[in-house]
Amino acid sequence: MQALTSRSKTVERKPMTIWERLYIPAIAKGMSITFGHIFKKKPTINYPEQTRPFSPVFRGLQVLNRDEEGRERCTACGLCAVACPAEAITMEAAERLPGEENLYREEKYAAKYEINMLRCIFCGLCEEACPKDAIYLSETFTAANYSRQSFIYGKKELLIPHPKLQPEAYEKAKGQRVKR
Amino acid sequence: MPDDKKLFKVTIDNITIEVEPGTSILNAARKIGGDVAPPAMCYYSKLKGSGGKCRTCLVEVSQGSTADPRPMPKLVASCRTNVMDGMVVKNITSEKVIDARNGVVEFLLINHPLDCPICDQAGECDLQDLSYEHGTEGTRFEFVRRTFEKHDLGPYIQLHMTRCILCYRCVFAADQLTDKRQHGILDRGDHSEIATYIKQSLDHDFIGNVIDVCPVGALTDKTFRFKNRVWFLKPQDAHRDCPRCAGKVRLWTRGEEVFRVTARRDQWGEVEDWICNECRFEKKKASDWVIEGPTLISRHSVISAGHYVGMKMPREPLPEVMGGRKPKLLMDIHSVSEVNDPNIDLSKIEGPAHSTDFVNKG
Repeated sequence: MQALTSRSKTVERKPMTIWERLYIPAIAKGMSITFGHIFKKKPTINYPEQTRPFSPVFRGLQVLNRDEEGRERCTACGLCAVACPAEAITMEAAERLPGEENLYREEKYAAKYEINMLRCIFCGLCEEACPKDAIYLSETFTAANYSRQSFIYGKKELLIPHPKLQPEAYEKAKGQRVKR
Repeated sequence: MPDDKKLFKVTIDNITIEVEPGTSILNAARKIGGDVAPPAMCYYSKLKGSGGKCRTCLVEVSQGSTADPRPMPKLVASCRTNVMDGMVVKNITSEKVIDARNGVVEFLLINHPLDCPICDQAGECDLQDLSYEHGTEGTRFEFVRRTFEKHDLGPYIQLHMTRCILCYRCVFAADQLTDKRQHGILDRGDHSEIATYIKQSLDHDFIGNVIDVCPVGALTDKTFRFKNRVWFLKPQDAHRDCPRCAGKVRLWTRGEEVFRVTARRDQWGEVEDWICNECRFEKKKASDWVIEGPTLISRHSVISAGHYVGMKMPREPLPEVMGGRKPKLLMDIHSVSEVNDPNIDLSKIEGPAHSTDFVNKG
């Protein structure tokens, strides 16, 4: 029969020799390979305790960034939502009242901001579209959960911790990707 | 054509057209249409006396007329220059014009705050389009941009003087549509600003049209302020019986909510019929209007983004498959999501939403 590919090999079906029928040498050879791996470097890590460095282009869970004074950068311009191919982002804008200048950077802000993580495909287009450096894909993963309800992320989940009040949590959430 | 009416032959960007004497170069170019028509920030065909201020419509006249074929020494403002017989005009085919227009845009943007992410005009702003075409990425301006406090001109109109490019369109509109103009330009030169005397409110049945004629976001609708972005809204042509105006409007809707009412605009961004304040600001219910159908929006406009034209809702297969029983596991997004609550009509809030609005509603 004509072979389907040029790489096919015919299998030899010769009877085993006495040396092969003894099995012991083959077992010894196999065990030497197995035990040899004990002394090699481990390719795995103990994940939750240890983590690998992220690639500079890693795209994880979104964060809503704050500026140096802890004011929210997002102005609810809607460019992330219009750029989003999965239509995961929705928001409602509000006007800043006098006295709220320490909370919001501009006169308009996102009173509500939601990302449907069931829809999000982590493409990073929201980050590219943002004119205010407000949304970033950080170096964390979306937490797994049992209910779909918990994947609707609001501002409570997305907003980065305050850089002045919680500097450590802020640094951790910011990771290496977020611009200062 | 009757013989007594002699038509002038003009060539604009190598396209020859015959127009009536007394037509401006800009209007002749608009008759040809497309890219040949120079952009205009201050000229408004429906407002007498407008034009000649912004200089974005500069064109090169390479041949004055058949009688005097010398070129005009400088670029001319096409909205204020009338055509002559045998005139040859270069618009986009002239490097000088493109260069000058880039310069004009740079000048217009010198004091413009470029706060498009906040501005309600973004997406339908003439200056935004113009600077996309002609603007540079950076600015060479090293000084402090002039800034103004934002003003309330009456209950409906918000003035952001910082964004103004001093096109005078709103002044002409108020002059020609209302019997008493209450606002104007105060001060001179770099200090000039659109203002009323001591925050006087603008109240006239047709004063809302200054919002539509404003090429930038300097005059915006306060009832729509920060409610939504124009590209998330669906423009629809609608009409109603209005005792004051033609009642032909464009509704900007989202679902059943009417977020904004504007006048209909033609392809040059100019209002077709002026509408009154009642239509514009007070009729914010879909039941107030007879909807004619969706407005045709250019495919290249951001307003057409995310609009599913001619979409048919797919058949819901679940009840059929499950023998009439409703699925137990379907998640109603409104049970979790705080945005777009069906019980709250953002469009019904009087002005922009504030933090207090959201607190009360939980």
